[in-house]
Amino acid sequence: MIQEKKQSSIAFVIGASSVGTLIEWYDFYIFGMLATIISKQFFPADAGTAALLSTLAIFAAGFIVRPFGALVFGRLGDLIGRKHTFLLTLVIMGGSTFAIGLVPGYATIGWAAPILVLILRLLQGLALGGEYGGAATYVAEHAPKGQRGFWTSWIQTTATLGLFLALGVIILIRSSQGVEKFSAEWGGWRYPFWISLLLVGVSILIRMRMSESPMFSKLKTEGKTSVNPLKESFGQKGNFKMVLLALFGAVMGQGVVWYTGQFYAQSFIETVCKVEFIQSRNLMLWAILMATPCFVLFGWLSDKVGRKWIMLIGMLAAVLTYRPIYKQFLSLTSAKNRIEKIDLAKITASEPKVVTDAKETTKIYVTQIFDTAYTDGAHFKYIKTDTLLLTAAYDANLKMDALNPSLVVSKSVKPNVVIEKTMDDATYWNLIWLVFIQIVYVTMVYGPIAAFLVEMFPTKIRYTSMSLPYHIGNGVFGGLVPFLGTLIVEFTKSPESPMGDALAGLWYPIGVASVCLIIGVFYLSNKIDKNVMD
Amino acid sequence: MNAVKKSLGYVWMLMAPALICFLVYQAVEKISAASEIQRSNVALQWVIILLVFTPICVGFFIFGKYAISNEYAHLPESSTEIE
Repeated sequence: MIQEKKQSSIAFVIGASSVGTLIEWYDFYIFGMLATIISKQFFPADAGTAALLSTLAIFAAGFIVRPFGALVFGRLGDLIGRKHTFLLTLVIMGGSTFAIGLVPGYATIGWAAPILVLILRLLQGLALGGEYGGAATYVAEHAPKGQRGFWTSWIQTTATLGLFLALGVIILIRSSQGVEKFSAEWGGWRYPFWISLLLVGVSILIRMRMSESPMFSKLKTEGKTSVNPLKESFGQKGNFKMVLLALFGAVMGQGVVWYTGQFYAQSFIETVCKVEFIQSRNLMLWAILMATPCFVLFGWLSDKVGRKWIMLIGMLAAVLTYRPIYKQFLSLTSAKNRIEKIDLAKITASEPKVVTDAKETTKIYVTQIFDTAYTDGAHFKYIKTDTLLLTAAYDANLKMDALNPSLVVSKSVKPNVVIEKTMDDATYWNLIWLVFIQIVYVTMVYGPIAAFLVEMFPTKIRYTSMSLPYHIGNGVFGGLVPFLGTLIVEFTKSPESPMGDALAGLWYPIGVASVCLIIGVFYLSNKIDKNVMD
Repeated sequence: MNAVKKSLGYVWMLMAPALICFLVYQAVEKISAASEIQRSNVALQWVIILLVFTPICVGFFIFGKYAISNEYAHLPESSTEIE
């Protein structure tokens, strides 16, 4: 009896649900974070069909399979129960993540490699689609009256903590192994996938000790569970209109704010501002760590003042400040406002790399590094690689110094230039602060949303009804932030301005969040549903 | 407030088909601008986007229609109002 009481205690429910959800997010993120290596190992660029499979793995997993998973597992959760359904999603996610780490590369097994990885990635998307709705519903249905926002906000921290865990594990392994060893076919990049098996194993053991949601058990005992959750969720006007309202008045805006704060910011700092790899990831880790308690704070606050206005103020703040924040990113990482330390500016040339390809063409890659130090402590590195195409008369034993210029047939018109900026401490902390602000917006829109969605739908079709808008809002609207952001920047490029407007990509999240904000202000209610038993 | 909700419904109803037209236009433009090697890959990306966004836009249209017909004038306060 005591044991039963212990098991059903709210803290255990939260812990057990949150750990599983966190691991699912970790599993989903590591694939995205290791995308460059995965693409080299499984989807070689010179194989056209492999590129198609890569696109399917990236696009389809997030945009099609996640909402589809929401429907499949949502239905199952409303038919057989929350506990068994989200146990199943955990097994599928953990199994497919571990298996990705076992698939030999394209170089070893050819086409089977990208096809296997694609299937496993789609399974990951499917499982993720089923997990969140189950965990949020399960926790909300256990939460004491008047504390639903507070308790479900712990589930909301898992998506961010999953990102934190994935970033941390990857940085740790990469730093200990070095880039070359980490990126090899059976290198360290596979370890984060293998670690997942251990994490999922522990989580399954914990979840198996959990009991079914009391509200669902009650419905089941009374024989009042839904017979056809899909039909009742989307075929009945009364419920379908609430699904549409949840999507367009809350989750759509929440999705773009979330993806902009946590993913677009990182990508912008790394690819546009050119901040060095480890530094850009470390600053994300700091910002996430500092902002995560705000999920619980806003969840708790939503129990006192209602969910609506917290979420909408988060969206409004994002709409108003995104452009100034990103403008500040550019300004802080620019060389313009810095004074060079002339005596420390140096140019070094690395050992030339000679490569003879299958067509017997000899190429020499000549790399020069321009290292500029600034008075504030920042270091900017410009790594320029020229490719020299040589005639057949070239002798590989010759030293570069002795290379006769007449042997050079051509030199690459556009050298490959890599810029790596290492920021000084003050700028580094300013960048962390700017990312932190964005993650606080994320906590405002995301912290109360589980309680908000749970309260919108009846118990018997709750899992199905809340899962679909959640995964369309996050998977589709949010997931498209990087793609559409880049596309909009492309629109602004012209012969006069070949780089375009780096800030133009923000119009997509700003536009979506603005429409969602208007809908939210006029159509949503701020009332907290005190009784979710019905 | 209900009048505003109703009027905005027309905006949502107009926005939905406009968004589909914009996406189709972009898809055609981007696919035809892509190089021979990249074309099938770019086409696949846009087919997925259109495939996903078309039902969402239909949903947005229906949302507008519900707003016009005053479906959101009163939000349900218990599950019995939904069923």
